[in-house]
Amino acid sequence: MIRLTHLTKRYGSFTAVDDVSLEVSRGELFGFLGPNGAGKTTTMRMIAGILQPTQGTIEIGGDNLAEHPIKAKHRLGFIPDRPYVYEKLTGAEFLRFVAALYGQSGESIERRMDELLALFELRDWKDELVESYSHGMRQKLIISSALLHRPEAIVVDEPMVGLDPKGARFLKDLFRAFVDRGGTVLMSTHTLEVAEAMCDRIGIIQQGKIVACGTMAELRQQTASGDMSLEELFLKLTGGIHERELDVILDQ
Amino acid sequence: MSSSISNATMPVRVQPTLRTVLRPKWLGTFARIREQKSQGTGKVVLLVLLGLGFWSAVFGVFYRVLRYIHSEQEIGTILAAKLLGVTLLAFASLLLLSNLITALSSYFLARDLDMLVAAPVDWLRLYLAKLGETLVHSSWMVVLMAVPIFTAYGIVYKGGPFFPIVVLAALVPYFVLPCVVGTAVTLILVNVFPARRARDLLSLVAIGAAGGLVLLLRLVRPEQLARPEGMNNLLDYLGALRTPTSPFLPSEWATATIMNWLTRVADPLPVVLLWTTAPAFVVLGAILHWKLYSHGFSKAQESPERFIHGRRWPSLLYTIAGAMPPARREFILKDVRIFFRDTTQWSQLILLGVLLVVYIFNIKSLPLFSGERVPFFLVSLVVFLNLGLAGFVLAAVAARFVFPAVSLEGKQMWLLRSSPLDLAALLWSKYWTGTVPLLVLAIAITFTTNLLLQATPFMMMVSLGTMVLLTLAISSLALGLGALYPKFDTENAAQIPTGFGGLIFMMSAIVLLGVVIVIEAVPVMFYLRAQLAGEPVAITPKMIIALGSVALICIVTTLVPLRVGLRRMEQMEF
Repeated sequence: MIRLTHLTKRYGSFTAVDDVSLEVSRGELFGFLGPNGAGKTTTMRMIAGILQPTQGTIEIGGDNLAEHPIKAKHRLGFIPDRPYVYEKLTGAEFLRFVAALYGQSGESIERRMDELLALFELRDWKDELVESYSHGMRQKLIISSALLHRPEAIVVDEPMVGLDPKGARFLKDLFRAFVDRGGTVLMSTHTLEVAEAMCDRIGIIQQGKIVACGTMAELRQQTASGDMSLEELFLKLTGGIHERELDVILDQ
Repeated sequence: MSSSISNATMPVRVQPTLRTVLRPKWLGTFARIREQKSQGTGKVVLLVLLGLGFWSAVFGVFYRVLRYIHSEQEIGTILAAKLLGVTLLAFASLLLLSNLITALSSYFLARDLDMLVAAPVDWLRLYLAKLGETLVHSSWMVVLMAVPIFTAYGIVYKGGPFFPIVVLAALVPYFVLPCVVGTAVTLILVNVFPARRARDLLSLVAIGAAGGLVLLLRLVRPEQLARPEGMNNLLDYLGALRTPTSPFLPSEWATATIMNWLTRVADPLPVVLLWTTAPAFVVLGAILHWKLYSHGFSKAQESPERFIHGRRWPSLLYTIAGAMPPARREFILKDVRIFFRDTTQWSQLILLGVLLVVYIFNIKSLPLFSGERVPFFLVSLVVFLNLGLAGFVLAAVAARFVFPAVSLEGKQMWLLRSSPLDLAALLWSKYWTGTVPLLVLAIAITFTTNLLLQATPFMMMVSLGTMVLLTLAISSLALGLGALYPKFDTENAAQIPTGFGGLIFMMSAIVLLGVVIVIEAVPVMFYLRAQLAGEPVAITPKMIIALGSVALICIVTTLVPLRVGLRRMEQMEF
């Protein structure tokens, strides 16, 4: 469903994403992990069509994003890490606007909007300006907007940030159900327990390169890590802070 | 581990210096300057040349006026002092308005406040640091304006090598006073209204006051003062000149300090007044800050607007836009809604109204049809040149309303770029949303002013046709250059056209107007000659070529900027 081939992004002499090739199939929930600044968000934004790759190709449902951007984007729902929305629109106006961007309007969209707003507990807020929404509510509104046009794949950057435990749990169930119905989710997260519990496969990116990729069992095998947890495995691959260093910092 | 934290020796509580509190600001400013330099020297050179040109023009005007009045012994010095007094009074009102707006942003809405308020920085340091920041932000433009003016005074009145120090001694407290007053008024307003409401209120007050001032200055018809019949009582006139505007105004103290030095009068009172009042006001401001800031700052965090008002007009717009494809319709509706809900955007309509009233009033005040009969040739020439003036008004309106269109998408661009919306469709939607009201305005002002000028049917047709073509081109220039030089990080729409891109747009629009007027002068001259000779107007090939060239230039200027803007938007990365 999502295929990245030799994807590279350079900013001057700095390479943010370095020759990444990856394939995420239909009905798969793929977790994208990596330390801060490893290149996760850059990769996601390239897949969403916001950033242009320096090299390589992106295919969504077989459509090359560079050659057929409109067709490819119709298949995708993108949820960014920072929920910037038009502050002076109401929740309902924002959703109506997003639906129109995907060429949809009318009664069926109004019904779907109501369903989604009810699902995300935003129905009472639908006629209020977004500027009065909390961070979590904005996040829920953006997630609703990404689902509005019934995408085949969802690319989501740090979905749990700002959500309350109930919202986070609901989102996990939602993504699982979406994938069980043949959808595809590519999700970046720093919450390793979430990734371990939810994802079918996990890719770990560091300094722009994928350093490990596969199911939990495959990851353990690739890194010869026995029965290590994902957290231990992640730290082994990306380098953790030694306890001695912590002692030095805190005892000063 | 927790015991090691609690047992660790706490550092001595030393308050950071003001320099430390302001460090992120000045480091950020230097970084921006470095960034601009790295983008190429062309921009810097252009800005420096424009700045020098502006300075030379201001200096030239003041130098000539001062040289002229300096030669008039008794009345000359009084006039020079009066001119300085009026200039400083005008600056003071500008400074007060600017400080009101800036203080709201620097004390209540700036992004660094959370960190500063949470840090163990005492209230006095925070007050003084932010006062300094407000002072610099709101006064730098006035300082730039003041340099050539005081240079002219110094040269004409032979101020000597210490004159700059005297000017500084007069101006530093003069700048501090409106800053303290503006900050205090903002502080009180935020404690009464929620901060965001206060921001709306202040924008309205500032824009309304600025508009009112312009309107007042124009409607009192200052040109009448130049008429001899207005000067029949010279003694009264001299008496009025000698009286200061108000002896309690700091602008009068600053004027007196500077003029005393220039006329070698030893009177230290004005400078003493300035240097005692300013520190006293800072102390009073600090006390007010100490009493009210915590409550105001807390209130500012919890006051976004929740409800919307007036739902009837969007449904009307919905009916009008109903036939369009959904994406285009919703895009236009979204832009219109946001425009009328954002005070920083719609309040600019007040300025537009003032601009139009002043413009039409100016045309109406032209002495063409009162008194002596003005030749037909001259009237037609005014009608023709009015085209340039109306075009300039339109360019100014486009700079305010069309130029910011792409920048205003700002942080929401992720949504547009990740959606299947065609960027060309987006740009065309924005183009027509801006152009249609602009066209209505263009046709209305050209028609009204031509009626006032009693234009002939031929001149009316040429004016209206050219104005329609010019509007299409100017709107495209504004949108295209707005996309080429976007400003995504501003919260205030009014600030977007004040940057480098806005300058380039205004210059390009003026060049376009100049070219169109020069080319169109050919058919207009043919027409006027034929009219003077009493012959019928013949359509010559030269006329057709000239009018065709104007049409071609306008069409190219409509298409090329949109294409360039589109290409730039395709390359934008967020």
